[in-house]
Amino acid sequence: MTVTETPDTTAEARPAKLGAVGWARWFWRTLTSMRTALILLFLFALASVPGSIWPQRGVSDAKVAQYHTDSPALAEWLDRLWLFDVFKAPWFAAIYLLLFISLIGCVLPRTAAHLRELRRKPPAAPRNLSRLPQHAVLDGDLTVEEAARRLRKLRFRVITGPGWAAGEKGYLRESGNLLFHVALLGLLISVGVGSLYGYRGNVLVVEGDGFANTVAAYDRYMPGTQVNAESLEPFSFTLEDFQATYIARGEKRGQALDYSARLAVSDRPGAAERTYELKVNEPLDVNGTLTYLIDHGYAPTFKITDGSGQVAFEGAVPCLVVQPATFASECVIKIPDARPRQLGLMIAFLPSAVPTQDGEWTSVFPGAANPAAQVYGAFAGDLGMKDGRPQSVYEIPAEILKKMTPLVMKADPLEVGRKLDLPGGAGSIEFTGVKEWMALQITHDPGRMPALLSAALATVALVFSLTIRRRRVWVRIGDGGAEAGGLTRAEGGDFGEEFARVVAALNHGPNDGAKNAR
Amino acid sequence: MPAEADPTLAALSDQLILVAVLFYVVAMLGYALDLAFGRSSTRSSEAAAPAEEAAAVPAGAALATVGGGVTTAPEKDGDAGAAVTGDAGTGTDAPAGGRGPSPWVLRAGPAAVVLSWIGFALNLGSLLTRGLAAGRWPWGNMYEFVVAMCLAAMGAFLLMQLRYPIRFLGAFVSAAAALGLGFAVHSLHVETGPAMVALNSYWIAIHVSAAIIASGLFIVAGACGVIYLIRHDAAAHLPTREELERVAHRAIVIGFPIWTFAVIAGALWADKAWGRYWGWDPKEVWAFITWVVYAGYLHARATAGWKGKAAMAVQLVAFASLLFNLIGVNIFFEGLHSYAELPG
Ligand code: HEM
Repeated sequence: MTVTETPDTTAEARPAKLGAVGWARWFWRTLTSMRTALILLFLFALASVPGSIWPQRGVSDAKVAQYHTDSPALAEWLDRLWLFDVFKAPWFAAIYLLLFISLIGCVLPRTAAHLRELRRKPPAAPRNLSRLPQHAVLDGDLTVEEAARRLRKLRFRVITGPGWAAGEKGYLRESGNLLFHVALLGLLISVGVGSLYGYRGNVLVVEGDGFANTVAAYDRYMPGTQVNAESLEPFSFTLEDFQATYIARGEKRGQALDYSARLAVSDRPGAAERTYELKVNEPLDVNGTLTYLIDHGYAPTFKITDGSGQVAFEGAVPCLVVQPATFASECVIKIPDARPRQLGLMIAFLPSAVPTQDGEWTSVFPGAANPAAQVYGAFAGDLGMKDGRPQSVYEIPAEILKKMTPLVMKADPLEVGRKLDLPGGAGSIEFTGVKEWMALQITHDPGRMPALLSAALATVALVFSLTIRRRRVWVRIGDGGAEAGGLTRAEGGDFGEEFARVVAALNHGPNDGAKNAR
Repeated sequence: MPAEADPTLAALSDQLILVAVLFYVVAMLGYALDLAFGRSSTRSSEAAAPAEEAAAVPAGAALATVGGGVTTAPEKDGDAGAAVTGDAGTGTDAPAGGRGPSPWVLRAGPAAVVLSWIGFALNLGSLLTRGLAAGRWPWGNMYEFVVAMCLAAMGAFLLMQLRYPIRFLGAFVSAAAALGLGFAVHSLHVETGPAMVALNSYWIAIHVSAAIIASGLFIVAGACGVIYLIRHDAAAHLPTREELERVAHRAIVIGFPIWTFAVIAGALWADKAWGRYWGWDPKEVWAFITWVVYAGYLHARATAGWKGKAAMAVQLVAFASLLFNLIGVNIFFEGLHSYAELPG
């Protein structure tokens, strides 16, 4: 809290021979002292540093996994110290909980004191005003009543006594300060509510496909502990069209200019469909459940015929972008139903394919100007999908590949409509077209509005507490004439300027006084 | 939004920034002369007449505290300095003992202020033309952030010196701005053009502008902090520790709420762009650390035993994390905030 505090001697003087109660009281005093709060504040900052050094789960899971493969022994230790989950770590929680307890312990008594203060009258004028930091002799024949009236005009709270008037203002400083700290507590609670009662999920949707908001439809679903599956907002949509435009020339060639997805949205089962243009920065909002466009890529379509002449696969395959600048992508097709043997294909997708000098192929532009699909690995054999262990759809594990029979290594790229025959009568693969996919994040966070309100309140209160000063002004009128004195209770040097204005107002009345001082 | 940037305007912007650097460098020399000779003459005249009452109102130290004279309106540095020198009986035109500065040195300070206003206008012009060239807000990549931050630091200083006698800071702020611009031009410059898709939002005007303005104020405070720590007790031509503390505190008291607002606006934008309002992305982590440490500074000022040097040190730690967030996080960490577009 930003108000001057005398050294907390009670916190220093440890109880000599006090019982448990004494110790508890000492502990509470120490915890709620300004110095402890300050130290906790620094610890809080320090504790979040590792969160930016090591990759964090929930922010960059892939990098955490990479860390575990690259240096497993170190990663295990880091994990033990929660360094991949800094912001969920018990030691992190300990710091902010202590800080907030300390805050409560500080705010409660001060709120009580402030409420008392608000009802109290300004203190009577000291005997000798010339000893005050600000002092001036007033001219004219001011009366106590007139001085009080003029001070009130300046929005001072005023009392009068025999031959003197006392005014005080700036109570909003402390109110602002207390409110700021309370708002921070509100922010913490809102964040907590959001993580308990909110959920977040990711899903990838290919052009022409749809999504209905149920737990099963997500690729990844992360609910808060208090969320039940029935409470998901029952909306659905279809991705009708995805458009991306890129810069065609110059140093920034290939940088995305804009992208957007046209959705046909149905807010409730059976409700009429509406069209929504989904863009970055413009999420779809269905009753507080928000759908964000966070990524996109290509999903070439293929028709694969197996050795027995049956169509074993037909459809779009989402590819992962390997080179963001050109959208050169890679995808994997696993066909467990292929006969006589299962098939696994690894394909490079090049949206704007050109040959390089060494006989390879590459993409030179992210737009699909000359799309090509290059089968760079086709394998027959057991895909190992029966043992129940979940596999990523984007890769065939190396140890499984080793046991399969390679059919093709690096074929020539196919244009749309072209077909590649697999050797040994294993079938064929036809590149039938190009679609795009979008990656979405869908969130519901009931804490976001309360968090916003708390944060806004904290900022406004902060401005009050930092810019307003508590100040007192006294006027004494005696035989020798009238004089005024003033002081400010908080630091910040320039009360003199305002005091000059007050004096001017006392001399000439508030209105032309204000004019004179400007 | 046009896909092609206007090459004439872009070239104009690049030239304006070079001229701005030139002005800042010359202004810095003017401030340095002022600091070395202009002020010390005031000080030595105070020292020469310690018994005289005027010495109780040290020229620069009067940071708007109108001491005993309630009816005196606060004056600006230059005027106050001249007035005190006069009071002390050593007229500026006839310096005691002939050691005093020649009149043209006394003009170095005001001239430097004028030069830095011109530099500021050029700096602003460069940003505006760059933004116009690309048809968007001119803070879409790291080059532009650094240029804007130099503008904000200079602006914060120039506006504050209208009100408070802090011309002594000019040498440091203009040096920082010149170096910052030089660094931007030399190592960060990229061709202007459309910004990343995620930046196509009115939030860039709110969030990034607030962060830049707050940073400008924090740079002024940081300059005070550095002088405070390297200052010798004997260095009479430098401002006193109390002056430095007061100016730093002023700048932070204004900057901190703006920073708070910038972080909240960032959270609102993140809520629109990334699907969560807070996710501990590296830039968010360091914004948070910066915020907490500046809050720590404000608390330290209010805690017995932490005033003075300790509070200044805290302020400088906060300043370091601010700079780290601007430069280090963009370069070392990969996160959602990777819009810096460093030249490859
Ligand atoms: C909780 C969310 C956010 C926080 C706390 C946050 C914080 C900050 C801070 C402190 C800065 C200034 C740092 C500096 O001096 O370099 C900054 C800069 C910036 N922010 Fe954010 N921000 C948030 C969200 C966003 C979002 C959603 C976007 C855009 C999609 C964004 C775009 C930018 C840009 C372009 C800059 C200037 C570039 C830079 O310094 O790297 N911020 N942000």
